[in-house]
Amino acid sequence: MSSPMNLDDVLQTFIAESQELLLLMEDALLQIEQAPDDTDTINALFRVAHTIKGSAGLFGLTPIVAFTHVAESVLDRVRGNELRVDESLSALFLEVRDHLCTLIELLASHGDLHGMTAEHEQQGAALVERLNRYLDNRHEPQTSLVQIEPPQLACATRWHLSLRLCPDALRNGMDPLSLLRYLNSFGKISAVVCITEGLPDIAAMDPETCYLGFELGFVSDAGQATIEGAFDFVREGSQICVLPCDVDLTGLRALIGRLEAEPDAMVEAFIACGSVTREQWLAGSSSGAPTTVAAASVVPDLAARDDVTKNRGAKEPRSAEGNLIRVDAGKLDQLINLVGELIIAGAGANLGAIQSGIGELIEATSSLSRLVEEVRDCALTLRMVQIGGTFNRFQRVVRDVSKELGKDIALQVLGAETELDKTVVERIGDPLTHLVRNAMDHGIEAAQLRRERGKPEQGTVRLNAYHEANSIVIEVSDDGGGLNKQRILAKAIERGLVAEGQPLADGEILNLIFEPGFSTADQVSNLSGRGVGMDVVKRNIVALRGSVSLESEEGVGTTVRIRLPLTLAIIDGFLIGVGNASYVVPLDLVEECIELSSDDYGNQEFLDLRGAVLPVLRLREMFAIDGANPGRENVVVVHYAGMRVGLVVDQLLGEFQTVIKPLGKIFGTAHGLGGFTILGSGAVALILDIPKLLGQVASQQKHGTTLSPELTQ
Amino acid sequence: MTNTTACLRRILVLEGPLTIYTAAERKDLLLELFPLAQEVELDLGGVDEIDTAGLQLLVLIKQASLRHGSSLLLSNPSTAVLDALDMSGLYSLFDESATPRHQRG
Repeated sequence: MSSPMNLDDVLQTFIAESQELLLLMEDALLQIEQAPDDTDTINALFRVAHTIKGSAGLFGLTPIVAFTHVAESVLDRVRGNELRVDESLSALFLEVRDHLCTLIELLASHGDLHGMTAEHEQQGAALVERLNRYLDNRHEPQTSLVQIEPPQLACATRWHLSLRLCPDALRNGMDPLSLLRYLNSFGKISAVVCITEGLPDIAAMDPETCYLGFELGFVSDAGQATIEGAFDFVREGSQICVLPCDVDLTGLRALIGRLEAEPDAMVEAFIACGSVTREQWLAGSSSGAPTTVAAASVVPDLAARDDVTKNRGAKEPRSAEGNLIRVDAGKLDQLINLVGELIIAGAGANLGAIQSGIGELIEATSSLSRLVEEVRDCALTLRMVQIGGTFNRFQRVVRDVSKELGKDIALQVLGAETELDKTVVERIGDPLTHLVRNAMDHGIEAAQLRRERGKPEQGTVRLNAYHEANSIVIEVSDDGGGLNKQRILAKAIERGLVAEGQPLADGEILNLIFEPGFSTADQVSNLSGRGVGMDVVKRNIVALRGSVSLESEEGVGTTVRIRLPLTLAIIDGFLIGVGNASYVVPLDLVEECIELSSDDYGNQEFLDLRGAVLPVLRLREMFAIDGANPGRENVVVVHYAGMRVGLVVDQLLGEFQTVIKPLGKIFGTAHGLGGFTILGSGAVALILDIPKLLGQVASQQKHGTTLSPELTQ
Repeated sequence: MTNTTACLRRILVLEGPLTIYTAAERKDLLLELFPLAQEVELDLGGVDEIDTAGLQLLVLIKQASLRHGSSLLLSNPSTAVLDALDMSGLYSLFDESATPRHQRG
């Protein structure tokens, strides 16, 4: 049967939406700490709670509904200016959000809430208890709503609800019965009359169209907005009226007019619902019934009010959502794979065309490859996401950690709109968290010390992202105490990482903290603090083909700079030949190509490049390629992270679009190779891992002569 | 029309979910009941799930039976069916023929 599967789909949507909403809620909560009276933010918060409650109700997730209901009630008071958001309230709501997050995660992993443990329940109950304190001075006993038993209705109001759902409601997965069940979660349906007049003849009846209408007597202490909110998801195309039952009958009368129903039958329904007594109705009617036209304006129809709500919500991201499509990441990966294959196939066609020497064919293939290039760029941008989302997550981290440490720290975010590959974004989160925490924990000094040093009491942690050449640079900086070089050096010598008396540049000393085994937690805390798990950070970043470096000035601050490739799949490459083998260098890293003059011939390790020292690497020697020297060699100057090296090669073969294919495990130990690619001819070309090669050059030279200033930046 | 013979009573046993997912299929099944016999019995013991779409179908048959002057009996309703009938306020529509309310556990 298809029903469980479909339900699962809808549930997945609910989970994804809720997670998004909770992120929104977190943002809103952090904002509200800065601007406690911003009504937009308050409304956004309310809406999140409200929407989650509503959707959870449709799935019968009673624990979530009950819990969110209390939170919503508190937010309702905030919205009604009865309550002001202060620090403790926003902190409480952050906990509420986290609890909801836990519940949703539970739901995502189990498919239901049966995995809820007593601990979860206790946590929820404790939060509800704290939330209730904000509701205490209300005369209604809200507590009862938390339990699943029917709520106490001490001050409850009677409502009359009239539901005529849109014909497509069932097809859209909205079962009126679920709505009724949901209503029971915050009130009590006292009577139901099912309106069956809408049903057509059996032959004309479409079993998937909703024909039934409902008139309900409903008793609840919830407000009109809450009750109407239950129908948020079915509002479109439906006629839904929520009327308080009072002596005034205009509302009910107008309802009859608007539904164009048989008045007598409707009156019977009203009476059966207990919304009006026969006597009241007769008494009211004798005083003269108002005309339908006048009455229609009296009835608050939810659909008609939709426009107003939409305008109000214009600032919310919902409006932007219309332009976005949710796509399975797997499909995107598949697309990029195919584009990769297309590029390889295109290169083959190009080669064939050139060999054939047919002008038209060459022209056709060259315009084809231009198009393929565009397709590639488009496909790659599909995977690009702004880093802002990741950065903003840190607002919460900073807030929590600064509370925990008792330091006043602000987070400054720059370059949030910088884009990078989604897989990179996903995997950069952990190392970044580590760096930010480190900066706060060990970088920023205590307030007293900051005062003494003449710095503002509030410390600043800054996240910055920008593009540079082929990579994105992410900086985590703080205006804290900086690193103590002498102590790092002493520690490194003690640990045997450097020999005593070995001359090291300042930058090198600082970067020692990324060495594995440099420190363990307890030793670090008495060594100005930095370095906990920095080797792990470095390993994570290197795994993304990135690099990390550190700058620090004592007493002024520290900057950790992460450099990551923009994408992991396809690059513009520069093809070079040595002997019979071809190699690819990322084009963005190539600075210039020069011919190796006969003066420089020989086995020198350096070249004189316009007066500067340029270390060279002979690929022929490095990869042990046999075969005679062609007699004329070229040098490709590559640069990365402020370092330059010349690669000595035989031939320059020009630009080449390169699809990076990973090397098998067997080559895992091969240094300086980043992968391989397939050329148009079907031959394999190895991709040089320039950052690694440069690192190798640098370390070779460390043991030899002094470093050229250019190498160390 | 008071003597009810065996051939004038038709029993249809419905099984499995009676929901939006099966509504079209079940409607075809119900159409087989037509022309209606004097007494039609729908055995709902095996209906484990029912939603508004399912309720509609029951109402449809009920209305047809009323027009036709036949009687419709919902026999042996499962808990799911009873709950839905209660919730929707449709219980009274079928009450005369269905299991009386007080007999339910």
